[in-house]
Amino acid sequence: MAEKTKYKMARYLRKEALPTALCPGCGGGTVLNAFANAIDQLKLDPRDLVVVSGIGCSAWIASPYFLADTLHTTHGRAIAFATGVKVGLPDKKVVVISGDGDLAGIGGNHLIHAARRNIDITVILVNNFIYGMTGGQVAPTTPFGARTTTTPYRNIEHPLNIAEVIAEAGASYVARWTTAHVYQLIESMKKALQVKGFSLVEAISQCPVQFGRRNKMKEPAEMLRWFLKNSIPISKAKNMSREELEGKFVIGEFVNRQRPEFTEELNKLIEELTGQSGPGDENAD
Amino acid sequence: MIIRGDEPEQIALLKKLYPKGNYFMQGDEAIAYGAIFAGCRFYAGYPITPASEIAETMARELPKVRGYYIQMEDEIGSIAAIIGASWTGLKSMTATSGPGFSLMMENLGYAIMTETPIVVVDVQRSGPSTGQATKGAQGDFFQARWGTHGDHPIVAISPISVEDSFWETIRAFNISEKLRIPVVLLTDGVIGHAREQIRIPDPEEVEIVYRKLPKNEEEAKYPFGDVDGSLVPPMPLFGHGYFTHVTGSTHKETGLRDVYTPEVHIKLVNRLHKKVEKHEKEIEKWEEHFTDDMEILVISWGVSARPSFGAVLRAREEGIKVGLFIPKTVHPFPGRRVKELARKVRAILVPEMNLGQLILEVQRYVNDDVILKGVNKIGGVPLTVEEILREIRGVWDG
Repeated sequence: MAEKTKYKMARYLRKEALPTALCPGCGGGTVLNAFANAIDQLKLDPRDLVVVSGIGCSAWIASPYFLADTLHTTHGRAIAFATGVKVGLPDKKVVVISGDGDLAGIGGNHLIHAARRNIDITVILVNNFIYGMTGGQVAPTTPFGARTTTTPYRNIEHPLNIAEVIAEAGASYVARWTTAHVYQLIESMKKALQVKGFSLVEAISQCPVQFGRRNKMKEPAEMLRWFLKNSIPISKAKNMSREELEGKFVIGEFVNRQRPEFTEELNKLIEELTGQSGPGDENAD
Repeated sequence: MIIRGDEPEQIALLKKLYPKGNYFMQGDEAIAYGAIFAGCRFYAGYPITPASEIAETMARELPKVRGYYIQMEDEIGSIAAIIGASWTGLKSMTATSGPGFSLMMENLGYAIMTETPIVVVDVQRSGPSTGQATKGAQGDFFQARWGTHGDHPIVAISPISVEDSFWETIRAFNISEKLRIPVVLLTDGVIGHAREQIRIPDPEEVEIVYRKLPKNEEEAKYPFGDVDGSLVPPMPLFGHGYFTHVTGSTHKETGLRDVYTPEVHIKLVNRLHKKVEKHEKEIEKWEEHFTDDMEILVISWGVSARPSFGAVLRAREEGIKVGLFIPKTVHPFPGRRVKELARKVRAILVPEMNLGQLILEVQRYVNDDVILKGVNKIGGVPLTVEEILREIRGVWDG
């Protein structure tokens, strides 16, 4: 590249794929930036990284833009694909970056079972409360009462509390932040990447075009102010009732614990049965 | 650890665990052992009758050969996991039956589009829907061909016995690896659950193929480009620092998405078809009996091929000039050979456990002056020699 860029994280990006397809004001860029910073601060070699994504705007955040092995899969199935990748490459970091509709809607079952299995995959779930790419339809995360193209009057369903569900399902690490909490987001991504076991970082992110515009927040900054105003630290939220927490964003670490990890258990089982180190072990990484 | 299956340690392990000789086992088990001999070291699946014995055998045997078994939360996740594992270099398989096969269709298309070698076993059972869950059938002939959306090539293989299940599974893996395509093994609940004697060979007697890998960084830049004229690109596996990008969207030779340029889509989808056409000779396989001297031809597949053979033998004893054609590779259908054979006969019978599927494929290669008749049976009970013989006699006398 002849043109010099001042953006330090550009070296982690697939330059031939830029500029990104994300709308102006989208929170996806913030998530990509936070992820690149997390990788950079941990001094991880992108060669040791496989990024898997599904379908939708948020699936595009790292694929194809992040310069690593990238597997862009079918709608909802990224975690299931990543499961196969992780078993084959237990020494690599396998990261899924995708949206709320993709991972918690159509793919919700894979998310729950990967957490239950506690397979060492890091999921960065970008929650923008909406199906953005298809034109702003209601999602399983859309706030009660919000307007979307398929809830033109108001949303009569309640949103899924993803972080809470996945913490309960058995993940080693779960955190939730918003794109207004960039430094905390980076720190949580770093922890998630380092923890052994299933980790989820839910990043609440603004979609001014498809969500904000229909909910009196057409400017990205208005959405970020909405996040900040309604964010409640998890320590405080613990003493609040469900009713008090309605419409709030509980932020912080939901769980950070050690549990037996799936690929380790799988390989342990194989060692027990074969009772010896196998072919190629001496050449292993 | 990525095992290809042909490492000396693996060969020694197979010899020790499965000494050559005669075994008594189910068709489903034979598929599992065939996969292990073919080098399959990753299996993901979800329980379903009549395919569960494949999963059970893999769960028991794979860890012994340093392979990985995982039970997924559903069939969609199962095929997704094997595609993911295949990109790390593991030969991978899943097995299911009708309802699960239906669920796998989207990702079967993904494997075709991303040129991912996998083997998907469909132990066909009676449908539609839950149908007769424990009974065999042959109703997925066209689902295997056209179940996933869009223009696409497919290879589907159908074994006719327990021993055949072992060898055809190996062939399914070899074709899949050689052409970087998913291969469907289309067996059924009758063969899957039947117990027969099979001969397990010495692993050295088994020829196995592993996918072509990029020879250098330059080749690895084109995971979807015809770098050597074979139409099959080398596969730059994950974890080797190639920064491979894989997508089910229309993509350029580099793997990067381009859904707007018509030529990119046309070139990609045409190459996917052409790579199968170009290697047709290596893919096609059939059995012929008494086709040199015949007036009637029986064409049958899978479970129905065996009573068909019995009926043809009996008819021959009665002096009826009847031949038998059994496609083992059912897709792409060996139409050219069927056309040649059809010119020699006055009638063709097509026995199958459905209401007429293979016969539609046969019809495309048969002139109007040849009598073409299905011998169809549903309800879960296989065709008998007697039933087919009656039809042969009918057209012979008619």
